Amino acid sequence: MGKNLFQKVWEKHLVRELPSGQSQLFIGLHLIHEVTSPQAFAMLRELGLKVAYPDRTYATCDHIIPTDGRERPFADPMAEEMMQAIERNTKEFGIQFFNPESGAQGVVHIVGPEQGLTQPGMTVACGDSHTATHGAFGAIAFGIGTSQVRDVLATQTMTISPFKVRKVEIKGKLGEMVTSKDVILHVIRKLGVNGGLGYAYEFCGEAVENMSMEARMTLCNMAIEGGARVGYINPDEVTFEYLKGRPYAPKGEEFEKRKEYWKSIASDPDAEYDDVVVFEASEIEPMVTWGINPEQGIGISETIPAPKNDTMKEALEYMKFGAGDKMEGKKIDVCFIGSCTNGRIEDFRMAAKYLKGRRVASHVRALAVPGSYEVKALAEKEGLDVIFTEAGFEWREPGCSMCLAMNPDRLKGDQISASTSNRNFKGRQGSSTGRTLLVSPVMAVAAAVEGCITDCRKIFGGVK
Amino acid sequence: MKLEAIKQVKGTAVPVAGDDIDTDRIIPARYLKCVTFDGLGLALFFDERFGEGGKPLGHPVDAPEYKGARFIISGNNFGCGSSREHAPQAIIRAGYDVIIAGSFAEIFFGNSTTLGIVCVTLPDAERAELMALVKKDPKSEFMLDVEARTLTAGGKTYSVGIKDGARKAFLDCTYDSLAQLLSGKDQVKELEAKLAYRF
Ligand code: SF4
Repeated sequence: MGKNLFQKVWEKHLVRELPSGQSQLFIGLHLIHEVTSPQAFAMLRELGLKVAYPDRTYATCDHIIPTDGRERPFADPMAEEMMQAIERNTKEFGIQFFNPESGAQGVVHIVGPEQGLTQPGMTVACGDSHTATHGAFGAIAFGIGTSQVRDVLATQTMTISPFKVRKVEIKGKLGEMVTSKDVILHVIRKLGVNGGLGYAYEFCGEAVENMSMEARMTLCNMAIEGGARVGYINPDEVTFEYLKGRPYAPKGEEFEKRKEYWKSIASDPDAEYDDVVVFEASEIEPMVTWGINPEQGIGISETIPAPKNDTMKEALEYMKFGAGDKMEGKKIDVCFIGSCTNGRIEDFRMAAKYLKGRRVASHVRALAVPGSYEVKALAEKEGLDVIFTEAGFEWREPGCSMCLAMNPDRLKGDQISASTSNRNFKGRQGSSTGRTLLVSPVMAVAAAVEGCITDCRKIFGGVK
Repeated sequence: MKLEAIKQVKGTAVPVAGDDIDTDRIIPARYLKCVTFDGLGLALFFDERFGEGGKPLGHPVDAPEYKGARFIISGNNFGCGSSREHAPQAIIRAGYDVIIAGSFAEIFFGNSTTLGIVCVTLPDAERAELMALVKKDPKSEFMLDVEARTLTAGGKTYSVGIKDGARKAFLDCTYDSLAQLLSGKDQVKELEAKLAYRF
């Protein structure tokens, strides 16, 4: 029997078994941001500890940073305090900080990959649940809490128990305008928001192999929304091509040498899995959520199901939707394109392709928030910003923005937002009665243009 | 790091009904804007407790009859969502040490364990019984025995689910892992030197 990627990478990073029965695992790459790190540094200071391997930790700021301008001090004094804390902490402990002036600042899960920091066969940890994103490269990437951020800073290791591995195969080819966002919403809907508890998801199959790195990151990003703390994809030529020439990727001969390692950690053809599930790509439609967790979603041609449990009843009540309703035709107030799920260059290219020459409906506020300065610069070089602004979108500075609304970008009252982010929890977008519909960038653009949820294939394609 | 072993917890319980109580509900994102965890207890379940203009919504954690409770009884998939340690920090700082749920989201479970919050599971029917018990008699005394994996309440003893690793850590007083990790320094160094990659 062969081994799967998770097992191989785990073995290479296992320091030892602890008396508690848990494992001490080495973390090859540690990423931090301003929200979950200040308390960890405070704990280090309290204990008089140093950062054990400062060249294995990289910092950025994304959650609280305003996206309408970068003037200091920030208007929100708490945001300013958090920014100063990460500046001070990274300086004092000798950690590379991708601040706005560096031209590399952005959402942590976008910055790591685009800098070439995230590579196959690594263990990656970050005080953020969407760390699973980095698994798109064939890394094992964990979201961790602040005490664990402290542990990794102090020792470059953490305690954890191994996961089971579920192979999630997407067979065949995806239909027109069906994206990896639709795939993951479909998977979560079928397996449930806690279906992945205790598992790492290995995504594979023809549809996944055909995906770009950006699309793969979208897929792995939301593994956590299905309860799986880790999601990953075996590295292949698409992965290696993406890494070539990135600032922190190995160069020349070293690149070729490293590639051997990268190839060696991919799952063996006869690898063992704890579970296998198979989906047909052709059965996946553009998706939209109707409820208050990511499992409460439907294909655009379907209707909201009759509530089977209290959570579903609660969702309908909160969303003010009825069982049997179509999502098609539901009016939206806001459109948000961005986040670590869909804030990469390909997402903006995809959105711009359909947005070109069209206008956002007059009652809709539309925000385009690039995931990083690199995404922003590339998009502007290609003239995408012009397409967005001419259509009536706000073109903003990089950050998490309205994904969790810790900065001033937020919903008002019970506004409905078509969002490319990953969470539709109650109050997620900054208003305790605000409503979030999770969609792909193409669906978001379609909704912005029509002013309501609509089948993107009807307005942009030949599909009637 | 001075910790105490957690063998038994005694106290009353508050019912927080519902499945999938996510971390945004446990603590809304705007309360993450802080550089220390102090004072987070006040933000616990904030948007479920207070409406527009701070109007109290009658959440059980504010009900006088549940004041001083140390146990939370809730539904399935408790703590799903973000990795924010602010969520268990808010819970422990509001005075709760035990959560009884149908299941827990993984990151939340790990974060809670590190802080010394005991997360135990019970099937739906038994949790419904306990919910009914504390609604009828909010002063019912709960007793969790970590070692025996039992919960006694309302004259009945339930066997609870508790992960082996967490249970051992509570009993051995190793639930805050840093001291253990630090003791492996040399092995870490050895492994790092052999690793196929560095920056
Ligand atoms: S974009 Fe949203 S989900 Fe991603 S790291 Fe930022 S807040 Fe978290």
